[in-house]
Amino acid sequence: MTNALLHVRGLVKEFHLKAARGAGRKKRVVQAVSGVSFDVARGETLGLVGESGSGKTTVGRCVLRLLEPTAGQVSFDGVDLATLSFDELRQVRRRMQIVFQDPYASLDPKMTVGASIAEPLVVQGIAGNHQEKVVSLLELVGLSADHARRFPHEFSGGQRQRIGVARALALDPALIVLDEPVSALDVSIQAGVVNLFDDLQRRLGMSYIFIAHDLSVVRHIADRVAVMYLGKIMEIGPAEQVYERPTHPYTKALLSAVPLPNPRVERGRSRIMLEGDVPSPVNPPSGCRFRTRCWKATELCSMQEPELQMRADGQWSACHHPEG
Amino acid sequence: MTTPVLQIRDLKVTFSTPLGPLVAVRGIDLDVHPGEMTAVVGESGSGKSVSFLAAMGLLPRTATVEGSVMLDGHQLVGASPKLLRSIRGRLLSMIFQDPLSALNPVHRIGAQISEMLRAHSSMSERAARIRAVELLEIVGIPQPGDRALQYPHEFSGGMRQRVVIAMAIANSPKVLIADEPTTALDVTVQAQILEVIQRVQAQFGTAVVLITHDLGVVARVCERVNVMYAGRVVERADIGTIFDEPTHPYTRGLLASLPQAGVERLVPIAGFPPNMLNPPTGCAFRTRCEHAAEACGQRLPELEPLGNSMTACIRAKELVGR
Repeated sequence: MTNALLHVRGLVKEFHLKAARGAGRKKRVVQAVSGVSFDVARGETLGLVGESGSGKTTVGRCVLRLLEPTAGQVSFDGVDLATLSFDELRQVRRRMQIVFQDPYASLDPKMTVGASIAEPLVVQGIAGNHQEKVVSLLELVGLSADHARRFPHEFSGGQRQRIGVARALALDPALIVLDEPVSALDVSIQAGVVNLFDDLQRRLGMSYIFIAHDLSVVRHIADRVAVMYLGKIMEIGPAEQVYERPTHPYTKALLSAVPLPNPRVERGRSRIMLEGDVPSPVNPPSGCRFRTRCWKATELCSMQEPELQMRADGQWSACHHPEG
Repeated sequence: MTTPVLQIRDLKVTFSTPLGPLVAVRGIDLDVHPGEMTAVVGESGSGKSVSFLAAMGLLPRTATVEGSVMLDGHQLVGASPKLLRSIRGRLLSMIFQDPLSALNPVHRIGAQISEMLRAHSSMSERAARIRAVELLEIVGIPQPGDRALQYPHEFSGGMRQRVVIAMAIANSPKVLIADEPTTALDVTVQAQILEVIQRVQAQFGTAVVLITHDLGVVARVCERVNVMYAGRVVERADIGTIFDEPTHPYTRGLLASLPQAGVERLVPIAGFPPNMLNPPTGCAFRTRCEHAAEACGQRLPELEPLGNSMTACIRAKELVGR
């Protein structure tokens, strides 16, 4: 993809853990993200899925430089973000925004909704009538002009999430990272917010990185999907292809574990039961990180880390023994 | 049909709040049959957890509980603390979303399970320890003998939930109430825990009440489903009927809002759940229901048979098939 909006190459993020007391003072390092590469095209939605500890949220934060990557390259619209000065980075950040999971924690309870939505405009020093912009943003996300004077506690979870979206849209971004944006919402409310993301993208043409652990929602909204496990991409490709014909055993197991709201399908299908939990990222398995839970693992898997390889049109997976 | 082991009749739970009385549960009837897996589904604030906390006598003093909860011949509403103590953990157990809060961090796992056993029987300490290890094995914990000597922080989230299940079934209760037992877990671990719950249900003949918001989980493991909305059971049916021929507009709305393969556009339910301090008159769902008529505001609809369902909607009959 030459004309991609976002290029991520070899992204690594390490966190230093405090040494346990009396444990030889050896500093321990967690590699939350270990060499992740992907592109996001203009107007595209990339779904980032994985279980806890897979590094999906860290990837999102590194893309926005809310976290400083340890290594690797993130280019946005052809510009390598690492080469930018603080002021230049601020200019680029106008065009990349984030919506957080918890609509109760992400809005300042003491600010009116209008002030929260206008804040990015103020911070970026944009002149003009913010009031008008706020009203148009509120209407864009399905709220109304008189909501601007109210405070967050007067709104339900779904409405608050819409306010968070309006704030993210204030600076006309080209990319929005949606970090578990509907996980805290009840299903009947979730559907409306998912539809809102669909509609906004159709109207405004921005790209999304949609981070979620709910695979059904990701299937619905994403054009392409990347499946992460312990800081690595196991499989990436067009969403329908990955869901219908997964080539990595982990993707296959993950999909078979998702409960589907259809008793006949649920009771009729065979399920791959993975053993144990996700290993600690402090001490990941050698070779393929999934091998300790994989039913296909061989000696090769513990010795050599598999590279991402193309299995079908645009579909890549990192496995020595890919699924047919 | 068998006699229900747990029978809830006209259960009402009222919390006194600074803003006035909040009626969280507004008169529910519910039967749980031996060996059956019953789902109670609903969104946040529907009263699904509060109903069963009330049945267990676990609500704070600000709550007033009315109605009747019969378990194996015992009336639990208004029962003495002594009776409740002898019933909880012996006839009726409950597990929660967060297993860590159910475990004592400073005691070994094995000791916590044997305490549960000895609280309700005259078992010797030695026998209880042996039984604790057996229980850990039943719930699928590898090397149960060694693990029994460890502390809760040495267990992963999925393993802790297994430990809590082992404690809950230690005295072979008649009913196990599982309140969102897999919500905090990753899907691959969720699959394991659901399998454990199904296995102990089969092995011990325990009736399980699964409280959840996840209709996928319901579709996988439950036989009967109760759908709750605003403190009422609005529809009750067997699993096939709920998913294939739902009759209540709320159940139908809930199913239509789920993302599923092949669905291009989701259909959300308009509006949001009512404020329970001041719920709408009549049917609480009418403010969000596209089929609401004037009559819906006049009285609280009762569950009535319709096809294979029990449904609390005065317009359900004319709407079915549309």
